[in-house]
Amino acid sequence: MTNAVEFINTCRRFGDVTAVDRVSLNIAEGEFFSMLGPSGSGKTTCLRLIAGFEQPDDGQIVIHGKDATGLPPYQRNVNTVFQDYALFPHMSVIDNIAYGLMVKGVAKKERLARAQEALELVALKDHGSRKPAQLSGGQRQRIALARALVNRPKVLLLDEPLGALDLKLREQMQGELKRLQRQLGITFIFVTHDQTEALSMSDRVAVFNRGRIEQLDTPQNLYNRPATEFVASFVGSANVVRGELAHKLAGVDAFAVRPEFISVNNSALTEQINLSGTVTDIQYQGANTRIEVEVAPGVLIAALQANTLLTEQPLPTPGQVTHISWQTGAMVSLDSSRTAAAGA
Amino acid sequence: MSSAVSSNPAAFNSHPEQPRNLLQRCSDALYLQPQLLLLLLLTPPLLWFGSVYIASLLALLWQGLYTFDDFTMLVSHTLTLSNYAQLFEAANFDIILRTLLMALSVSLFSAMLAFPVAYYMARYASGKTKAFFYLAVMLPMWTSYIVKAYAWTLLLAQEGVSNWFIDLLHLTPVLNWLLSLPGIGGNTLSTSNLGRFLVFTYIWLPFMILPIQASLERLPPSLLQASSDLGATPAKTFRHVILPLSVPGIAAGSIFTFSLTLGDYIVPQLVGPPGLFLGSMVYVQQGSIGNMPMAAAFTLVPIVLISVYLAIVKRMGAFDAL
Amino acid sequence: MRSDSQKIPGASPWLKLAAWGGLLFLHFPIVVIAIYAFNTEESAFSFPPKGFTTKWFSVALQRQDVLEAIGLSLQIACFATLIALVLGTLAAAAMYRKSFFGKESITLMLILPIALPGIITGLALLNGFKAVGLEPGMLTIIIGHATFCVVIVYNNVVARFRRTSASLIEASMDLGADGWQTFRYILLPNLGSAMLAGGMLAFALSFDELIVTTFTAGHEKPLPIWLLNQLTRPRDVPVTNVVALLVMLATMIPVSLAYLLTRDGDSVAGSGK
Repeated sequence: MTNAVEFINTCRRFGDVTAVDRVSLNIAEGEFFSMLGPSGSGKTTCLRLIAGFEQPDDGQIVIHGKDATGLPPYQRNVNTVFQDYALFPHMSVIDNIAYGLMVKGVAKKERLARAQEALELVALKDHGSRKPAQLSGGQRQRIALARALVNRPKVLLLDEPLGALDLKLREQMQGELKRLQRQLGITFIFVTHDQTEALSMSDRVAVFNRGRIEQLDTPQNLYNRPATEFVASFVGSANVVRGELAHKLAGVDAFAVRPEFISVNNSALTEQINLSGTVTDIQYQGANTRIEVEVAPGVLIAALQANTLLTEQPLPTPGQVTHISWQTGAMVSLDSSRTAAAGA
Repeated sequence: MSSAVSSNPAAFNSHPEQPRNLLQRCSDALYLQPQLLLLLLLTPPLLWFGSVYIASLLALLWQGLYTFDDFTMLVSHTLTLSNYAQLFEAANFDIILRTLLMALSVSLFSAMLAFPVAYYMARYASGKTKAFFYLAVMLPMWTSYIVKAYAWTLLLAQEGVSNWFIDLLHLTPVLNWLLSLPGIGGNTLSTSNLGRFLVFTYIWLPFMILPIQASLERLPPSLLQASSDLGATPAKTFRHVILPLSVPGIAAGSIFTFSLTLGDYIVPQLVGPPGLFLGSMVYVQQGSIGNMPMAAAFTLVPIVLISVYLAIVKRMGAFDAL
Repeated sequence: MRSDSQKIPGASPWLKLAAWGGLLFLHFPIVVIAIYAFNTEESAFSFPPKGFTTKWFSVALQRQDVLEAIGLSLQIACFATLIALVLGTLAAAAMYRKSFFGKESITLMLILPIALPGIITGLALLNGFKAVGLEPGMLTIIIGHATFCVVIVYNNVVARFRRTSASLIEASMDLGADGWQTFRYILLPNLGSAMLAGGMLAFALSFDELIVTTFTAGHEKPLPIWLLNQLTRPRDVPVTNVVALLVMLATMIPVSLAYLLTRDGDSVAGSGK
């Protein structure tokens, strides 16, 4: 199978800032690929490099086996769903969707028919004659999707498309995007700063930090086997233990352990790691309770206890001395020297 | 992974291999070289302004160095600083001072008149009232300058509207007292400095209202709530919160009132006592006397005064309020 | 935009009085012109007017010099506006987003003709025209007007550019439209009303401008100069009154239209005059 998109040692600089720093990565055809990272990490610039809004200063961008470096956006077989949707305010919904076909010279009858088809694909078939301003945020998002998909792109780029939606709608759209991607078989490249979104939808995720890829892996591996401290704390939350304590407990320079793998005051199981410390904070979070314990001067370990009806235990109170424990398998050693990893 | 869409890739996408016509190649080149596009866009306006305006302006200031022969009434290209030196002669200095004082007092008074209008527009008027106010300020602002000046000659005439009203309100003694004051008075309203001052204030007032309104509009209401929440009386809120924050707007508006008054020569010609204004001096020098070098030297005065003024109000944040 | 509930309820009566009084002050002289235009008296400024008549309108509109002045001013305003539209839009397209070396100087240069007193701009232009041997006349008036009208168009169009999301242009290119198509289908329709508004304000400004015009007009007599001549040598007051009223109305129409065209936006049309 050919790769949908390849980055070969690609760099993009803005003045003194290197937004994308020698990134190499391959995205397979038909893959749902996410680029995850905080703002300014280079993920959006990578997307814009694929779309052609930016040109690399060094290296190459290859789309479907052909070098796309130096091609303007309108000569690339990729389409973008923009963060602010970028619907043309002076055109009706149907004209918005048919725009890509119009500028390529598709006959009016055919382009309207295909635009209507695309409207149905996003379940808004009766909204064609409206203006974008008359639509809700969620509807605009679907129109932006339809407008991109009607061109039958080889690759669909999505730039934080769900960022402006409220939580309920966002969860619903996540499901729909995934369904569309499976149904159409198009490569989706999805940029987000929301790790839940990236984990729940993607086949693979690239975690960006400071213009480089920290780790490229499946969602499960990212969560269970974070390679660096950055990934461990950016994807989910993690207790990162360094230095003397890390040497004593695991024989490494640094390791991470997820809060939900830590038990508090649990003597029933035979855990391999046992520590005691003072409870500094208790947070009730509904499904869980977060307990923070100071195991050594300045070293805080957070534990997450599921709140269930069956095993309702008395919780410790702040100031109390308590025991925490976890299994050795829950610890992931971190490579603090490693800052970037090339994709497979 | 073989769906209808991906197995029929890009049926309607343009292909890079397709031969591109000249127009399309231009588009590609411009897109890939934004500097080229920028250059193309800027060339016509830069050429126009450079050749028509900037060149003329510099040439004018250069002319201030030429020599004017009072006897033959001819300009020779001998360079001299005497024109610029003459600006400091008492008679010329009087003109400069007179104009400067007028420009400053007009700016001050229009700010006082404009503030309540702007404040009401920004904080109390909404919807239709606001649109009405806005248009009601815009229209006089854009109304022909000469028509406005003309209207005031009608108003201030001896038999005119203002005297009729003053008479109606039995204020004639007050007017006579005002006109008897040295500095602002004169024989009649239309030949007094007071009359000239009123006309200037009237003509430039809208230019003061709109920037103040805009700067007040930007004040977040939460700021006022915070102030009254902290126990400030409305007067204190006004004095310590609203007024300081509207200073950029007032400063921005005063750029217009100051600069426009400084360079005017029509109003001084129509209303007020004899005695030249900066603008009139320039006009007379180049027109009736034909002493272009002296006229050019005189234009330097408003340029310098305005530059100084701009430097002052820039520190007050006027440029952000423009 | 604030909602009404957030406003401080009720302005004090003094503030209301001052605000409405200010408006009255702004409009009173305009009303006086309108009243005098219907005055029966032939050669005086006396108030109140002695009677009502509309005959001066027909008298004014039969005067050859009035008609010629109107025609000349209309032509000048049209040409100046056209040039200002092209130059102002080009400048706005270049300046709205990118920052580059010298950008601030270019902004200053565009504002200068209107920020400096008209007498300087006028004298400089006259001097420049003389230097290249261009005889003052309609052409020089148009060149002068176009120069200070550019900034009016620029202000309106650059505000719209800034409000038009940059991603619209990218979206268009992303969907396969090249630069020309994007200009034709996306930019032009979005900028259209701002260009129209800027054009109308430029037209109004050119139609009224007096000071720069006195320097560049030569023997031509566009409307403002005709009016000025009437003032310094008051011969036919009633005709002058009528023409003054007509000039005022002629400016109010484009300015009101420009306001309507830009009202929905954040741009304050004309505030940068």
